[in-house]
Amino acid sequence: MHEDHSTPMAVVNIMYDVGSKDEDPGKTGFAHLFEHLMFGGSRHIEDFETPLQMAGGENNAYTSNDVTNYYIQLPAENLETAFWLESDRMLSLAFSEKSLEVQRKVVVEEFKEHYINKPYGDVWFKMREMAYKVHPYRWMTIGKELSHIEDARLSDVKNFFFKHYRPINAILVVAGHVRVDQVRQLAEKWFGDIPSGDKYIRNIPDEPRQNEERRMEVKADVPLDALYKTWHMDNRLNHGYYVADLITEVLGGGGSARLFQSLVKEKQLFSHIECYHFGTVEKGLLTFEGKLVKGVPMEAAENALNLELEMLKQDGITDKELTKVKNKTEATIAFEDMSVMTRANNLAFYELLGDAALFNEDRDKYFAVTADDILKYSRTIFDANNSNTLCYYSGN
Amino acid sequence: MPNRTIAPPIVDPVAFDISLPACKKYTLSNGIEVFAVDMGSEDTLMVNWVFYAGNWYETEKAVAAATNFMLKNGTTQRDAFEINEHFEYYGAYLNRACYNETAELTLHCLNKHIDELMPVVAELVTDSVFPEEELAIYKQNSQQRLKVNLAKSEFVAGRLIDAYLFGENHPYGKYMNLEDYAAVQRDDLVKFFDTYYRHGRCVIFVAGNLPPHLVNSLEQHFGKLPMKGHTAAATTVLHPLEPAAQKKYHIVNDTNGVQSAIRIARPFPNRLHPDFQKVLVLNNLFGGFFGSRLMTNIREDKGYTYGIYSYLMNFTSESGWIVSTEAGREVTEACIKEIYLEMQLLRDEPVDDEELMMTRNYMIGSILGDLDGPFQVIGRWKNMILNGVDAEYFSRGIQIIKTVSAEELQELANKYLQPDSFYELVVT
Repeated sequence: MHEDHSTPMAVVNIMYDVGSKDEDPGKTGFAHLFEHLMFGGSRHIEDFETPLQMAGGENNAYTSNDVTNYYIQLPAENLETAFWLESDRMLSLAFSEKSLEVQRKVVVEEFKEHYINKPYGDVWFKMREMAYKVHPYRWMTIGKELSHIEDARLSDVKNFFFKHYRPINAILVVAGHVRVDQVRQLAEKWFGDIPSGDKYIRNIPDEPRQNEERRMEVKADVPLDALYKTWHMDNRLNHGYYVADLITEVLGGGGSARLFQSLVKEKQLFSHIECYHFGTVEKGLLTFEGKLVKGVPMEAAENALNLELEMLKQDGITDKELTKVKNKTEATIAFEDMSVMTRANNLAFYELLGDAALFNEDRDKYFAVTADDILKYSRTIFDANNSNTLCYYSGN
Repeated sequence: MPNRTIAPPIVDPVAFDISLPACKKYTLSNGIEVFAVDMGSEDTLMVNWVFYAGNWYETEKAVAAATNFMLKNGTTQRDAFEINEHFEYYGAYLNRACYNETAELTLHCLNKHIDELMPVVAELVTDSVFPEEELAIYKQNSQQRLKVNLAKSEFVAGRLIDAYLFGENHPYGKYMNLEDYAAVQRDDLVKFFDTYYRHGRCVIFVAGNLPPHLVNSLEQHFGKLPMKGHTAAATTVLHPLEPAAQKKYHIVNDTNGVQSAIRIARPFPNRLHPDFQKVLVLNNLFGGFFGSRLMTNIREDKGYTYGIYSYLMNFTSESGWIVSTEAGREVTEACIKEIYLEMQLLRDEPVDDEELMMTRNYMIGSILGDLDGPFQVIGRWKNMILNGVDAEYFSRGIQIIKTVSAEELQELANKYLQPDSFYELVVT
């Protein structure tokens, strides 16, 4: 519950503790396909969208490797409509054959639009498979291949629903122009009689520590050569996560970041670079990607990148850089907090991590990171034996 | 157990009395107008400098965009790195953007850093030097980015449809080729900067939990510069429309493509036309949101696409009405057929009460949700001010959503949703 009476709107956010990491390796892409089916009608409500739109509401959902999140924003007067809709689809879907048939096609088109009909669209399928040998982060949320989506059956849908979409695996956040007593009463009324179900016990194998440098070369019909590199980093709750996040800022966050200045501006080896991570709950990937200036040899570009990382491991960062990335983090958090919807989503996510109160601790955790932490952590992760390199060559 | 078969009662959003939160206007000594929305609880701030320096005013292609981009690439005091470092050190974002009529700088920052940032923005718009080596990097990297974009059918489709509607030489229709970047000259940028920024017409929008000295600070740093207000007299630059004669196109961009980018569009008058706000409602019915006819039929019933939308183009002197989607290659023809069928349905039959009510309620709810914060509110004001509509435009729009009739919408469908008026483009 998060009251904010500066807005006339209410937000109802339900996060289910299921993501693509919970899928069967032979049926990947299912968590996301299932998210589409959640809009295909529930036991007592044939059409999810119409009553919500009639109440002046909007909604959407997303699926990641870790979670599936559904959110509704509507005028606070009509809050109960959101409770009615969300509780009915948690009670039970309609499991309509037609909805499955249509949404399979829609997701296949989504797959084509984002990953097949796009230059470099297959990079992350290949990179994930190289970086993860055991952990289910090795496949994409959209699915490993089209056939997995095309083969989805209604029995799979039912099993998935009763395994993962029970109240015990869900977190409800209500925010905005609402009152605690009102929300408590509505929650009891609409969700109170849904059997809580059995807690899904996740049993995902840890990715074993990588002990060798991994490399792959691809040639495809793209205009420019590109270089992708990843290194394994800590999970979301670990101190290393915060250090890694700031390292990506030092290296790639903006026009004064090290890699942009050195590789794009001074040496002009790359026309475009990015440095980021995926914010995953479990151990993730710190990532570099860059498009090479036409004519620059791959080796020269990669050596220059490695040299920058060696300098970081040797000398660490300056006080000015540390202040800069912390100021930037502080501002980013403040801007994010302006939206009630984002706050509701974040509260659900931190509760899923263990405690909604972690929301308030993030800023301090970033501010606790020292230059020495960054030096030590860069020495730990920027190790060739912890790295995965994908050289993507233009076939033209 | 609650009765789940009956929807809880709702208050129809059309009953809400919505008004746009107030916007204050200040005028700096040199005539620059400042529009300010003071609301919000976070100590965050946005300052947006809008110059009449869009591609409408360039005589050589790519000059307006290059000038705008390079505002952060060097002054007599600081090089590009130092400029970026200054803003980033304070956790601020300084973005630039070049549109058709206007080009902008936008600062997002925490209130406590404003005094360090304001003078440097003033430095950029008065003292940029456009270093030759920075321009060379910009040209090279822009060409590379364009090469990647040209491999995407949706990018190619987006630029071609604009060219068909407005003409390749019109600011709304022209697009960059690789050689256009190569031809950009530093001297052109310097001249363009001097005319359209340093001595140009400017208007400022600010929003957030505004610090009390903000307007004084704007006066101090911008009020004495040789710029003019946005309403100051200026030489009119006219660009004739040159719509294409041919209406249907099929372009093959990628022989292995698995999807087609479909764009079906017609010219449409701008916001000053009396039909404009009524057609916004018709457009919502047609393809403006998830519950629209196009989405319900073509995605949710047929599964031909991940998404399909229609919208009125956000241009000032002319507009266009466009349907846009990416559909499987093998269902392209079927998808186009359905789009025209949906036009026909809107022409032939009045929308029923329930669907019209849903569309009204959805639109009102959506506007109410969108007014949730200072940046969104100033965005609405800015849109009105830059498009030259009066202050009642917003409330009139609300009134039209609440009252436009099924008969009026059908008439508008018959007036505008005629297949013969539409350009049709498929890029595979």
